[in-house]
Amino acid sequence: MSEIATPALSVDGLEVTFDRFRALNGVSLDVEKGESFGLVGESGSGKSTLLRAVAGLAPVSAGTISVDGEPLGRRRTKAFYRKVQMVFQDPYGSLHPRQTVDRLLQEPLAIHGIGDGERRILRALDEVGLGSGFRFRYSHQLSGGQRQRVAIARALILEPSILLLDEPTSALDASVQAEVLNLLEEVRRARGLTFLMVSHDLAVVTHMCDRLMVMQNGEAVEHLDAADLAGSRVTKDYTRNLLKASEGFSRPA
Amino acid sequence: MSDTLLDMEDLRVTFPTRTGVVEAVRGVSFSLGRERLGIVGESGSGKSQTGRAIMGLTPPQARVSAKKLVFDGIDLLAASAAERRALRGNRIAMILQDPKYSLDPVMSIGRQIVETLRTHEKVSRAEARERSLDMLAAVQIRDPGRVFDLHPHEVSGGMGQRAMIAMMLVANPEMLIADEPTSALDVTVQLDVLGILDRLVGERGMGLVFISHDLRLVSSFCDRVVVMYAGKVVEQLKASELKNAEHPYTRGLLDCMPKIGADRHPLPVLERKPEWAL
Repeated sequence: MSEIATPALSVDGLEVTFDRFRALNGVSLDVEKGESFGLVGESGSGKSTLLRAVAGLAPVSAGTISVDGEPLGRRRTKAFYRKVQMVFQDPYGSLHPRQTVDRLLQEPLAIHGIGDGERRILRALDEVGLGSGFRFRYSHQLSGGQRQRVAIARALILEPSILLLDEPTSALDASVQAEVLNLLEEVRRARGLTFLMVSHDLAVVTHMCDRLMVMQNGEAVEHLDAADLAGSRVTKDYTRNLLKASEGFSRPA
Repeated sequence: MSDTLLDMEDLRVTFPTRTGVVEAVRGVSFSLGRERLGIVGESGSGKSQTGRAIMGLTPPQARVSAKKLVFDGIDLLAASAAERRALRGNRIAMILQDPKYSLDPVMSIGRQIVETLRTHEKVSRAEARERSLDMLAAVQIRDPGRVFDLHPHEVSGGMGQRAMIAMMLVANPEMLIADEPTSALDVTVQLDVLGILDRLVGERGMGLVFISHDLRLVSSFCDRVVVMYAGKVVEQLKASELKNAEHPYTRGLLDCMPKIGADRHPLPVLERKPEWAL
């Protein structure tokens, strides 16, 4: 990351408005190639909205988003989705209940007219540690962790360079969370992916990300390095409160 | 603090299914005094079913058995449905995980609290309203009069959960079962809600069963922790001694959580041993 390169993802002065409610109010960030960037905040802080805006799922009213230096238009193109894929929070809601894993993984390939489905599906399943035995199962036959692995496989099958992760482990048990986080780190290393990850859990974000942005009420509160957070070198009270809250309950004396 | 509220020995909950009997809870024993007891475990460990069995909310097709399930001298398994109904909400109350699903969407928050109170106590309408408003104030809702008339969809998750706690505590129960009461909430709101629970439990001398998957939260909030795996208790210990837990499952659960400032890549994963489930 030492060379001066165009950032993989650049957001500048982004505003998102739902009816009259402004969910994002002029947020800017740059994510370098191969970097893992975290967004932290409470519900309603706009962190998921930012991610969804990048994916083209939220109404942008002002500002620009560029991928690899190219500004995005109003509508996302197919080429964009080959480069950028998303993993959602709830593995129970994001997989089609009446499609087998095989069918789920075929879908993006069919949309993009990619031929070597067989090889790609086997590779993607192998990569997320599921093996071909899971290929013809339905999502209700899988555990939460396995579903999230399928969702990751579906995102990886187009060989994107940027992965948007919206609370990928918050619906999972702590032990399964560890497995999925390890998996995400592994694929990032293997494929040189860029991550933009949303989480309400500061510990998860500092574990996964090099840099992070703390958000509140649709605005950026603070940009931090993971090391700053670990060393409690934060400047804003809001971040300090979050940091304290993440340590658990303390009884007032 | 020696009086025992609940004494449970060898609790079993089984579900008949087409492929045989599923044993959700397999011989759980513990007793509860006027203290905060945490039950921790992963999903499917039987912790929620344990709580529901105490409350008498096990689905009708399931079978509950125990050598002993006694609440303040009352044998819960021998009690009739009417007797249990009289206990439920009055002397034993339960807080559920998500206020979005556990509050009645078409009834104002105030009416739901009043309903609970008037079901269990003979009080006038005016007094019920008064006590409901006091209870809303006790769970630190700033403008109880306004919230009283709101419907659940008009309040935030944290506010909904406070309303739920108010509803559960208005009849002054002696025992409270909280099943993941804060899992749907933000960390800071989570701590507010726990603070309220902590204060009320302390002030009223209630016994609290706190069911959660979050070891970090339980260890900082509860006095004692019961760790469950595959329907069984694998370890019981004081919350302050959780760091010195002996069972590899408890240690694994503690260890696999990412910590701020600890640079561990990859994270240690829990190696499940088949003998734990025996």
